[in-house]
Amino acid sequence: MRLYLKYASIILRGQMQYKVSFVMSSIGQFLVAFTTFLAMYFMFNRFNSVNGFTFSEVLLCFAVTLAAFSLAECFVRGFDTFSGIISNGEFDRIMVRPRNEILQVLASRIEFTRIGRLLQAVLMLIYAVPTSQVVWSSDKIATLVLMLIGGFCVFSGLFIIYASICFFTIEGLEFMNIFTDGGREFGKYPISIYGEGVLKFLTYVVPIALFQYYPFLYLIGRTDNVVYMFLPLVGVIFLIPCLAFWEIGIRHYKSTGS
Amino acid sequence: MRKYLTFFKIRFANGLQYRAAAWAGVATQFAWGGMTLLMFWAFYQNGKNSFPMTFPELSSYIWLQQAFLALFMAWYFDNDIFSSVTSGNIAYELCRPVDIYAMWFIKNLAVRISRAVLRCMPILIVAIFLPKPFNISPPASVISGLFFLVSMALGLLVMVAFSMLIYISTFYTLSPLGIRILATSVIEFFAGGIIPIPFFPEKLQTVVQILPFASMQNTPFLIYNGYMGGSQIFWGILIQACWILGLVVLGKILMQMALKKVVVQGG
Repeated sequence: MRLYLKYASIILRGQMQYKVSFVMSSIGQFLVAFTTFLAMYFMFNRFNSVNGFTFSEVLLCFAVTLAAFSLAECFVRGFDTFSGIISNGEFDRIMVRPRNEILQVLASRIEFTRIGRLLQAVLMLIYAVPTSQVVWSSDKIATLVLMLIGGFCVFSGLFIIYASICFFTIEGLEFMNIFTDGGREFGKYPISIYGEGVLKFLTYVVPIALFQYYPFLYLIGRTDNVVYMFLPLVGVIFLIPCLAFWEIGIRHYKSTGS
Repeated sequence: MRKYLTFFKIRFANGLQYRAAAWAGVATQFAWGGMTLLMFWAFYQNGKNSFPMTFPELSSYIWLQQAFLALFMAWYFDNDIFSSVTSGNIAYELCRPVDIYAMWFIKNLAVRISRAVLRCMPILIVAIFLPKPFNISPPASVISGLFFLVSMALGLLVMVAFSMLIYISTFYTLSPLGIRILATSVIEFFAGGIIPIPFFPEKLQTVVQILPFASMQNTPFLIYNGYMGGSQIFWGILIQACWILGLVVLGKILMQMALKKVVVQGG
């Protein structure tokens, strides 16, 4: 952990050397998220509600997904760009060092510019928390926190799977984007609006609904089932198969030699 | 003229090489389009308010958008061009007896068209056979179909002419990253990439329609599904033509100014 912080401070100082670029990128990140928000606002302006969810309720959902994704992308970005590490032979160097590979990959890239996106999520939370008519008792707050943690873990797990596939293919698989970027884009609405099939798939195969939809129902008081509150923890368990897959990948690793 | 045609051919052939990437792209875009439609479907289910377009029209719009994504993707920029400016390789390009603006323009056209050629067919074919109302319908009329093709070609030119401005800005800033991401999100939004422009609030629509961004993917797709008909088609295409002219002239002037005082980066 100390080592990781050391890495983090070096990267932060490195990125701060190019202040203008850093600020511009952060603003850009903010804008990307903001235009999505604007599009959503226009839709609700016209249609008022979707499947009975109001604008501020959906906003709550969007904010949680976006925050979880931004955090994951900020700290687990090393896995997202992992195909580069493999193809330029950097991974060979990582393996000969007497430290854990995951730690080194994690520390190879930390994207602090994602702060722009996170800011957008925080602003939406600030707006949505008082207007969503949720009575903020301690269990609701706990649900929100659990959702964030679960979301962070699920997205991290997806990034790790994405990286592990690179062990076999060298190239990143573009198709995985539908789960990572797609999870962010479509996770702005409660998953149920996409229909039964999608909901089942995103519950049992890729557990995005576990941290997003079910605890969200508990949050806005659609259900009193306390189990729903703790479902995001299953998202944390999702990390285990992801890490196992990573281990399998490492065993299959052949250097590209360059 | 022949040399530009050659540039086009080289880039075009180059773009056709990445078949596996294209298949992965097709699958991703297919899932993406499907999810977008399901989202709109949910809104259409319970909203009683007037919809700007019928759901089959919307389906056509979304599938066209996915099929021709490569033509209008705002985030695609040729990294070679950026690095040629920042690394100083631009010096070689300046020695060649070609117009740099035209060369960059042609290269961008070629890459976009080659990618679209690889990807559009599988998406369109599957989209035709989807169950109603999620499928893509034929063009609203024969005339719409014809003008759709004209307008799509013009839209592509507007798109490339606009991205040329971003390339040229590198001469002034030397760091394309910030501007790139800013431009990408602005284009995506105002071109109707996130939600179609007819879904914008009415007052905003009147402004957005005359911006260059609406002349990219918005005009051809709306002509196709019949949302724009009669004299609207004429006006839409006229605006597109004006923007091509305006953006190209602006780009050429900015390029000339930049080249007059270009500082070749050593290296």
